[in-house]
Amino acid sequence: MMRLTRRYRVFRGIAIVLLLLIMLTPLAWMVMSSFKTNVQIYDPTATFAFSPTIENYQKVFQQANFGRFMGNSFVVAAVSTAISLVLGVPAAYSMSRFAMKRQAVVVLMARVIPAVSLLVPWYYLFSNLRLVGGYGVLILSHMFVSLPLILYIMIGFFDGMPLELEEAAQVDGLTPIGAMWHVTLPMSMSGIATASILSFIFSWNNFMFALVLSGASTKTLPVAIFDFIGYASIDWGGLMAAASVVTLPIMVIALFFQKYVVSGLTAGAVKG
Amino acid sequence: MIFTIAMLVFPLVWTIYLSLTDAEGSVRAPKEIIGLDNYIEVLTDTARFWPAVGRTIVFTSGVLIAQMVLGMCIALLLRRSFRGQGIIRVAILLPLVATPVAVGMMWRLIFDPNIGPANYLLGLVGLGPFPWLAGEKTALATTMLIDVWQWTPMVALILLAGLTSLSDDIDEAASIDGANAWQRFWSVTLPMVWPSVVVAVLLRGIDALKTFDILYATKGRGGGSFNEVETLNVYAYGLSFDYNEYGLASTVLILFFALIIAAMLALTSRNKER
Repeated sequence: MMRLTRRYRVFRGIAIVLLLLIMLTPLAWMVMSSFKTNVQIYDPTATFAFSPTIENYQKVFQQANFGRFMGNSFVVAAVSTAISLVLGVPAAYSMSRFAMKRQAVVVLMARVIPAVSLLVPWYYLFSNLRLVGGYGVLILSHMFVSLPLILYIMIGFFDGMPLELEEAAQVDGLTPIGAMWHVTLPMSMSGIATASILSFIFSWNNFMFALVLSGASTKTLPVAIFDFIGYASIDWGGLMAAASVVTLPIMVIALFFQKYVVSGLTAGAVKG
Repeated sequence: MIFTIAMLVFPLVWTIYLSLTDAEGSVRAPKEIIGLDNYIEVLTDTARFWPAVGRTIVFTSGVLIAQMVLGMCIALLLRRSFRGQGIIRVAILLPLVATPVAVGMMWRLIFDPNIGPANYLLGLVGLGPFPWLAGEKTALATTMLIDVWQWTPMVALILLAGLTSLSDDIDEAASIDGANAWQRFWSVTLPMVWPSVVVAVLLRGIDALKTFDILYATKGRGGGSFNEVETLNVYAYGLSFDYNEYGLASTVLILFFALIIAAMLALTSRNKER
C-alpha cells in the first residue's frame, strides 16, 4: 500500500465533496421542485424555504393516470426481461461452450445498430399487421434491448466458469444438459441476477421504442412524462413530479441491487 | 438466436429496400423503386444532412473526450479505499440509472433561461444570463454537458474496475525509481488499464452516436426548434415519424450505419496498433 501524503488526502476530500455535489444536486433539485407549486418554482427566494405540497403528485396519479403507465412500464420491462432470460441464458451458454464466435458478433451488431433503423421497418410491418398500440409489440421491441444485453453479460459470465465441474458431473453420470441444469445454472445465479436487473433498468428507461410503438393506453412512463408539456406552456411542478415518479423506483431498485448493477455495467472491462 | 437474426436481418434488408424507393406518407401507400435517387438527394443536401453529420461528430467526439478525461480523474480519485467510499459509489450510480428522458426534463428546468437555477447561480457571481438550451450556438454544447453528467460515471466505473484489478507493486517500484505522479500515470498505470479504456470508448462511443432521449427531452416537443441539436439520429427519426418520408429516412439510416461501422473500425484498428 502506498503512503498518501496529507496534502493529497485534503485534495481528495475536496474533490470528492465536489463530485457528490455535482452528481446529486440536480437530482435533489428535481425532487424538491416536484413538491413546489409553480409559483414557488419561479421564485428564486423560495429555493429552500417553501412548504412542500403534494398537489403535483396528486395531479400525476389522478389526472394523468400515472398509476396505469407505471403498470405498463413494469409489465413491459418484466415480461421482456423474463422472455429474454429464457431465450438468452441457454443461447449464451451454448455460445460460450461451443465457441460460436460468429453468433456473438451478431449480438454485438444488435448493440451497434441505431434503434431508429429498426423502428422504421418494424413500424412498417407492425402497423400493416395492425399491432401497433398493443403490449405484444412493445414487449417484442424491448426484448431487442434486453436479449443482447443478457447474451453479452452471460457469455462473459459462462466464459469465466471452469468447465471441469461440468465434466466431473458428467463423469458422475449426468447428461450434458443435466450437468448444465444441476451444476452450472445454480452457480450462475449471480450472473443471471446481474443480467436481469440491468435488462430491467434498460427496458424501464427505454424511450424511443415506446414513443413510436405504444398507443394511448399502453404508454410507458418515459413517454407519459411528455403529457406535462403543452405546446404553449410547461407545467413545471407536474413535470418534475412525473420525472421523479419515473426515476425514483428504478433508482431504488438499483441501490438495492447495487453490487449487481456495478458488475453488470463493468462486465467485460476487466478482462479486456 | 433466430429471434435476434429475424429482428435484425429483416429490418436491415427492409431498410436497404426502402432506401431505394420513394416510400412516404402512409405505410400502406404504394411505392416505386427509384434507384439511387434518394442517395443523390441526401448526399447533396447541405441544408440538413451534412450539418447533422457535423453535429453527430462534434457531439460524439466531444462527450467521449470529456467523459474519458473526467472518468479517468474520478477513477483515480476513488482508486484507494477510504471512509465513505460506499456513499460515493452510490452517488455515481444514480445518474447512470436515472431515466434519460427524466434527466433531460430535469436539466431543462435547471437550464431554463428565466426560471432555471443555472442562470440564477451565474447571476449571483455576476455573470449575465446565458441562453443554454435556448441559444442557437449553445444548445448542442448544453446537451453535451447533460450527456457528460449522466454517462461519465459509467466510464469511471469501468476504469475503476480496471484499476482495482491492478497490483500496486509496479506503481510502487516506479515511485522508488523516482518517477513523479504524472510519469507513473502516463507510463505505468495508463498502459496497464488500457483494455478498460478501449471497452469504455467503444461502449460510450456507440451510445453517444445514437443519443436520442436527452435531445428529444430537452429540445423536442414544446422545446421550440429541434434544429440546433439535430444529429443524424434525430434527423432520421424526424424524417421517419414526423414527416413519414420513409424512403429518405432509410437512406439516411444506411449512411448513418456506414458511419458507425467506419468509426468502430477506426477505433479498433488504432487499438491493434498499440
